[in-house]
Amino acid sequence: MKTRMAWVGVLAGAIVVASATSVQAGLPAPTPVTDELVKAATAEGKVVFYTSVELVLAENLSKMFQDKYPGISVQVERTGSERVFQRIGQEYAANIHSVDVVNSSDASHFIYWKRNGMLQPFLSPEMAEDYPASSLDPDGAYAPWRLNISAFAYNTTLVKEADAPKSFKDLLDPKWKGNLVKASPSYSGTIMTATYETLTALGWEYFEALAKQDVMQTQSALEPPRKVASGEREVMVDGSEYFVYALIDQGNPLKVVYPAEGVPAITSPAAMLKDAPHPNAAKLFYAFLFSQPVQQVMVDKGGTRSFHKLVKDRPDHVPLAQLKLWPEDANAVEARAEEIKSRYRQLFGG
Amino acid sequence: MASSGARRLELAVPVLALGAVLLAALILIPMGWLGYVSLGGLQGGLTFGNFAALVRNPDMLWPLLLSLGVAFAVAVVCALVASPLAWLVARTDLPWKRAFRLLVMASFVTPPFLGAVAWEILAARNSGLLNEAYRLVLGLPRSDFLFNVYTVTGLVFVLATYTFPYVFILAANGLERIPAELEEASSILGAPRWRTAARVTLPLALPALLAGTLVAFLQAMNNFGAPAILALPAGLQTITTKIWTLFQFPPQPGLAAAAAVPLLAVTVLLLQAQRRLLGRRGYAVIGGKGARLDVVRLGRWKVPAFAFASLVVTVAVIMPYAALILSAFSRRLTITLEPANFTLRNLLFVFTELSGTGSALRNTLMLGVTTATAGTLLTLVIAYIAARGALPLARWLGFLATAPLAIPSIVLGVGLFFAYTHPPFVLYGTLGILFVAFLTIELPIGYQQFQAAFRGLHAELEEAGRILGAGRLRTLRDIVAPLLWSAVISTWCLVFVAAIRELSAAILLFTADTKVLSVLIYDLNETGEPGAIAVVGLTMLLITFAVIGVAYALPRSWLPLQTNTG
Repeated sequence: MKTRMAWVGVLAGAIVVASATSVQAGLPAPTPVTDELVKAATAEGKVVFYTSVELVLAENLSKMFQDKYPGISVQVERTGSERVFQRIGQEYAANIHSVDVVNSSDASHFIYWKRNGMLQPFLSPEMAEDYPASSLDPDGAYAPWRLNISAFAYNTTLVKEADAPKSFKDLLDPKWKGNLVKASPSYSGTIMTATYETLTALGWEYFEALAKQDVMQTQSALEPPRKVASGEREVMVDGSEYFVYALIDQGNPLKVVYPAEGVPAITSPAAMLKDAPHPNAAKLFYAFLFSQPVQQVMVDKGGTRSFHKLVKDRPDHVPLAQLKLWPEDANAVEARAEEIKSRYRQLFGG
Repeated sequence: MASSGARRLELAVPVLALGAVLLAALILIPMGWLGYVSLGGLQGGLTFGNFAALVRNPDMLWPLLLSLGVAFAVAVVCALVASPLAWLVARTDLPWKRAFRLLVMASFVTPPFLGAVAWEILAARNSGLLNEAYRLVLGLPRSDFLFNVYTVTGLVFVLATYTFPYVFILAANGLERIPAELEEASSILGAPRWRTAARVTLPLALPALLAGTLVAFLQAMNNFGAPAILALPAGLQTITTKIWTLFQFPPQPGLAAAAAVPLLAVTVLLLQAQRRLLGRRGYAVIGGKGARLDVVRLGRWKVPAFAFASLVVTVAVIMPYAALILSAFSRRLTITLEPANFTLRNLLFVFTELSGTGSALRNTLMLGVTTATAGTLLTLVIAYIAARGALPLARWLGFLATAPLAIPSIVLGVGLFFAYTHPPFVLYGTLGILFVAFLTIELPIGYQQFQAAFRGLHAELEEAGRILGAGRLRTLRDIVAPLLWSAVISTWCLVFVAAIRELSAAILLFTADTKVLSVLIYDLNETGEPGAIAVVGLTMLLITFAVIGVAYALPRSWLPLQTNTG
């Protein structure tokens, strides 16, 4: 537990720093799920969830919610984090408020939304108690829903374990030319954050060299695991580690590799919108998302990593404490997002 | 008598004028916004900076050149494949002609983005089914492959597969309308068959063939879905995908609007050329259609001809549809025919778990029906005004109704977005904006159907009605509409089919509550959910074929491939 707290501290650092600059109202008092809340939420009948989490997992959670609270349907809008951000921006600019709860794997989005007063601070008693205080936004405007890791993975029927790449440097070996796949920071928040961390550690020179390897370019961070599982490419350069585990569970021949230089870590927060059209259902759903049973299902079925203190990690996960996680810096990502996207596009298209 | 006719005419004028005003508003509002935005309207001042950036910036220039190159290649491929096929189906004793026509029709109504998804399954470099089969049969290592769909060639191939029907339809029409007398005259004068073909048939069919090729060029150049699916993974951008990325965060609408201008210019030029090509034909066709056509006997060429036609429809329709069906029922990401890999999970997921399916289906059907109905009515009125000069500036109305052809849908989508997110018409967030978008985009289809129909319909019949004292509205209702009944039905169906598959504008205009099937498929494809994409795509195709089937079953026979597609 101690090591676990240590990495949470590192990761949460970015969020804390990010919030330190804004006016602090402090954590809101935890709001328990009362019968009145459930009744009011049921009267609203619906909750709209914009998320970047894998679609089948999202729909599974939505079914769990509807089983727990009959009469409230969940509308899942899944797309890449950068698209989530764009859609909300486009809708809010036109004064359309259709989203209740949002999740994005680009933590810098939450800085932006909070700064613009779009988020509704909220804390459930469980969030206050079972999430490391350092991992929470000091104003309770958003909270870490899951931790993503961008790792390598290879197809075990096509690549022998001994031949698999061990480091970012290995990927530049000519033998991988035409056999790699990666996702796009213009679509995926996971990749946006991972690209920032990778280029901070290795510089643009690394990406320039990688771009010469004829890398297949997908949009979503969920797509490289699929392209490797189907055998379209042999190795994924970046992509969602959790989804590799989910695909392994389904019998696909995949294996994760954590690169030697360091591993991109990506906090994927969730938040409730201040102008949520279904404010009570939003509270209920938000509290539900952070509850232990949901977090445990996400880990067991989805392969994600949780910040919840009581959630048990999968036995086949390499423990986070053994990984050399690169530090997150959501502020820097926000400042450099435009530059990263445009320079990345020149190298890889996408 | 004369005075009562005049009074009815006066009544007709406001109705026709209303149609004209509606049309003008539909087109001019978004176009105005486009111009405004491209000239820096949202950047706080008049500037040509966007256009300068377009020329100076290689990031903008290369996609434009790629689009033009791809469109040219697609047009050439389409002409080479579709013209012999059209000739075989229209003028020879090729067996199963009706089946071939139907299959070309199926390719015609298949959205290119769905075709692109299907060809990913078939011809991805390593995991494509065709490449797997090739390696298996020849015992080759993994590094060998026959096709790679994520290339410029792959993009050209897939686009050609779904645009050749434009050439086919126009060429087949052209060939069918050639008066047999001319060919007979040539034969009687002693010309051998090949000479008749080369000196009479081909020159007469050439304008239609070239016109179709130009349409194929434009369709390929302005397509968004196929390059988004096939070119982006290879790190390539066409001008349409580039425009789309310019709307991602941080949006650069001015540059995107400016990037649309070259597309606009090329399209206007080519449409002008097409009009000239088709305009030379100076004979009315309805009534004349009973003329007996000289059926060419293929003789020993029958087998190769049949093989060629079969190959085209197999590649365009049968293989991709089979791939989608396989994918829809496949458990694993690698598609195999083992029973263990069969599953209904994708079907169950789409229809019981995926929360977007229900509303996307409802929205799509609602938009299809309303767009088709409103579009048919509006274009009927416009085509009537333009054809009969019923209002001042009638020719300009005709031009306006075809103007959306000249604007890539994605760019029109941008114009519509600005037009209907700002007062006085705030429609964004409702199905209304999608309705307006689809209506505007499908206007040319409807207008061209009716324009061709009116061209083949002698004005004498209406004049007879007018002489007997009927007003314009009554003439329209009692004489024109019944005569054009098949055009009305075919227009309704064409607009419906085109509307339910529209993606390029919808992708900019939808919100969570107004998602349509095409956007759902695009979303699923970006996420990479192959089984679910196949299920939703097949659902869309089923709806399409159901509508066409109903239209066929209606008393008046409807065969859009045989009737007027001017």
